[in-house]
Amino acid sequence: MREVDVSLVTAAVDKLCRSANEVLGEDVLQALRAALDSEESPAGREVIGQLLENARIAREEGEPMCQDTGLAVVFLEVGQEVRLVGGDIEAAVNEGVRRGYVGGFLRKSAVKDPLDRKNTGDNTPAIIHTRIVPGDRVRVVVAPKGGGAENMSALRMLTPADGRDGVKAFVVDVVRRAGPNPCPPVVVGVGLGGTFEKAALLAKEALLRPLGQHHPDPAVAALERDLLTEINRLGIGPQGFGGRVTALWVSVLTYACHIASLPVAVNVNCHAHRHAEAVV
Amino acid sequence: MVELKTPLDDRAVAALSAGDRVLITGHLYTARDAAHERLVKALEAGQRLPFDLAGQIIYYVGPSPAKPGRVIGSAGPTTSGRMDPYTPALLERGLKGMIGKGSRSAAVREALKKYNAVYFAAVGGAAALITKCIVGCELVAYEDLGPEAIRRLRVERFPVVVINDARGGDLYEEGLRQYSQAGPA
Repeated sequence: MREVDVSLVTAAVDKLCRSANEVLGEDVLQALRAALDSEESPAGREVIGQLLENARIAREEGEPMCQDTGLAVVFLEVGQEVRLVGGDIEAAVNEGVRRGYVGGFLRKSAVKDPLDRKNTGDNTPAIIHTRIVPGDRVRVVVAPKGGGAENMSALRMLTPADGRDGVKAFVVDVVRRAGPNPCPPVVVGVGLGGTFEKAALLAKEALLRPLGQHHPDPAVAALERDLLTEINRLGIGPQGFGGRVTALWVSVLTYACHIASLPVAVNVNCHAHRHAEAVV
Repeated sequence: MVELKTPLDDRAVAALSAGDRVLITGHLYTARDAAHERLVKALEAGQRLPFDLAGQIIYYVGPSPAKPGRVIGSAGPTTSGRMDPYTPALLERGLKGMIGKGSRSAAVREALKKYNAVYFAAVGGAAALITKCIVGCELVAYEDLGPEAIRRLRVERFPVVVINDARGGDLYEEGLRQYSQAGPA
């Protein structure tokens, strides 16, 4: 067994909260540059140019790229040969979020109770997803998630007869109904299969795959291409001002499901498509 | 490009059309979900509001905290639709403009026509860039709401686009008409 002190996880989460919010990934920058070429609408091209300029300012001046620095969604992959010592792992993650958001001048966007709605003041608690995996390392991914795009997400329990066409129609409809609200151009994560909650988690995990990289299964990759093409026929365009680039990318993850079910979850993300990771 | 100074007068508002690009100089009041709930509750209780709405613009934003030596943190627009239930009451009291992102309800679009007011969008997620136009920031009310407190921002040539004008024009609908290749929903 390899012992890992949870304070190392705290330090990693602190750092990742800051870097994810200030540094947009090279894959997203590349997708935006490609969008600048393919966008026909002058207003759309102007928006994309501003987003690239915004990313440069955020990176160079250490400002959050968006004022909505998100709820901190944290994925932990804990190697089964790791023994975590020095405290409670979830408390350690939350301490990292607290330090990152308070010390990093990031916005505190968490309310303690969904109905009472008092701000917790330090952006905790994080949304933590933990998996046990082979190995002796701990992989930490911090994916700050803004509220505007998250609110446009949806899940539907389709039936097997709905098939591929039903899935496509639902996903495209979610993006259509979202319209200008989630800050297009968006990135669309789709979870297909599993159960109700598994589909939602798959959709979130799909957003972690680098833009430009299709699913290894050619049939799923073809579905991703079809969805991107249909979404970009909607005409919503950058910021909803009209145009060809409504989505930068569509990522689909699939899982086995019940003979009666075809769950499909759509997690919409804005162009501030943030995540950062570290291995402890 | 249209240059506007706040407070807005009726003639300036009436002259705006959906799609116009506008640079605003003057003051904006920040308010989002929780502040709107308080403002409208205060109106219903017959209390005075913490600022006079007449001719003013509300910016739907919850900025990130200012780093040392800076006026404000990142300050881009939030989704406006969440403020729809509160908006007509504020327009009735003289509010002339709102800045946010995303679609407004039919009730808000009607109220814009009725009260001669305008809805602008700023570029969502261009928060670090937009912040460059904010030169002053002071707390007005509801400090306990943290990022949702009402603040008065001094802005210079703050860039926005007219989405809904006072005559029913709608840039989002216009964009879809021009660029949609999809069938009807």
